[in-house]
Amino acid sequence: MAVDQEKLLQFLLRQGDNTLILGHRVSEWCGHSPILEEDIALANTALDLIGQTQMWLGYAADVQGEGKSADDLAFLRDAWDFRNVLLTELPNGDFGRTLLRQFLFDAFQSVLMGRLMKSSDETVAAIAAKASKEVAYHVERSADTVVGLGDGTEESHARMQEALNYLWPYVGEFFASDDVDAAMAEAGIAPDPASLREEYDALVGKVLADATLTIPASKYAHKGGRTGYMHTEHLGHLLTSMQWLQRAYPGCEW
Amino acid sequence: MTQPSVKQVWEWLETIPDPEIPVITLVDLGIIRNVEFHGETCVVSVTPTYSGCPATSMINMDIETKLRDCGLDHIELKQQLSPAWTTDWMSDKARTALEKYGIAPPQPAGGPQRCPHCGGTHLEKLSQFGSTPCKAQWRCQDCLEPFEYFKCI
Repeated sequence: MAVDQEKLLQFLLRQGDNTLILGHRVSEWCGHSPILEEDIALANTALDLIGQTQMWLGYAADVQGEGKSADDLAFLRDAWDFRNVLLTELPNGDFGRTLLRQFLFDAFQSVLMGRLMKSSDETVAAIAAKASKEVAYHVERSADTVVGLGDGTEESHARMQEALNYLWPYVGEFFASDDVDAAMAEAGIAPDPASLREEYDALVGKVLADATLTIPASKYAHKGGRTGYMHTEHLGHLLTSMQWLQRAYPGCEW
Repeated sequence: MTQPSVKQVWEWLETIPDPEIPVITLVDLGIIRNVEFHGETCVVSVTPTYSGCPATSMINMDIETKLRDCGLDHIELKQQLSPAWTTDWMSDKARTALEKYGIAPPQPAGGPQRCPHCGGTHLEKLSQFGSTPCKAQWRCQDCLEPFEYFKCI
């Protein structure tokens, strides 16, 4: 039986919106990083994320079947139509918080992409195979930096612990599955994200322990991004900047 | 003109330099996956190196321009995602050319084998990322020069 196309679309928007919104956030660092190497690394990470977005949202637009492009989906939807997890839209904060957010996301992607490479949907499998190579580089770098800063000076350690206390309540949303995930799992397109938690916790737990950081005890999770129920107040501000050109000059192309 | 052979088209493509690393060609890089004729249309399948690589559109334009200059009127460029590009597809000729140009070629071990300037083997990684998505930054502790390493993916 063919999978419900509306649910497949939602699944693809979740993938593409995660990489789009985080990619835009990371690109905000361009020209502002502490040192040149990090500036280049952040810009390259953002570039990979935007490249992955092109593939996810390109496929989403095909599935939607309304003749739209990846650009239309990126630049002409409003905040309530976005399906990214809340973690990706949170403000950058300092360099440490940006890299910790990146690590928490990269770790999830590294687990998820490995599974999606075996998707029953050929296009999903092809995108994941491509993305997984980039994700492997991202997670290596973000994990290294988290350990370097966490197990660094008193000042850097304190900032990283503060960043973890702020970001950790947003991690639970990765695993908050719903009927879209159930349909994807049944069709063999994607795993139920809840089933990835153990592997994620093992990976993240090891790196954060090496970084001498303490995971907050509270299990509370902020939700509402991947379902579109309610985003944080930060998403709208991000969109005004990201979508400005297309909104002011509709149809404008390079 | 009469329709050229597929082999002829490959020969034309072999002359197109990579826009960011002009000492190697697109064919050397291994990103041109297939050439075939569908009727009068020449279909060239290209796979991206990195998904966000800004050179991708430039590469497509270079291919189209070259084939038009060679007299082909009906050209179709297809993006092929799977199997994903790997540096294993890079030719030996390209590896040698890269090193001569000052970029350490990709190694399965995950890091450069030697400094492309002095041949030194005491190397340190500066950053996982470099001036293009496909490269990382390293430094040679023998000659103290920084250099780029073509990442192995």
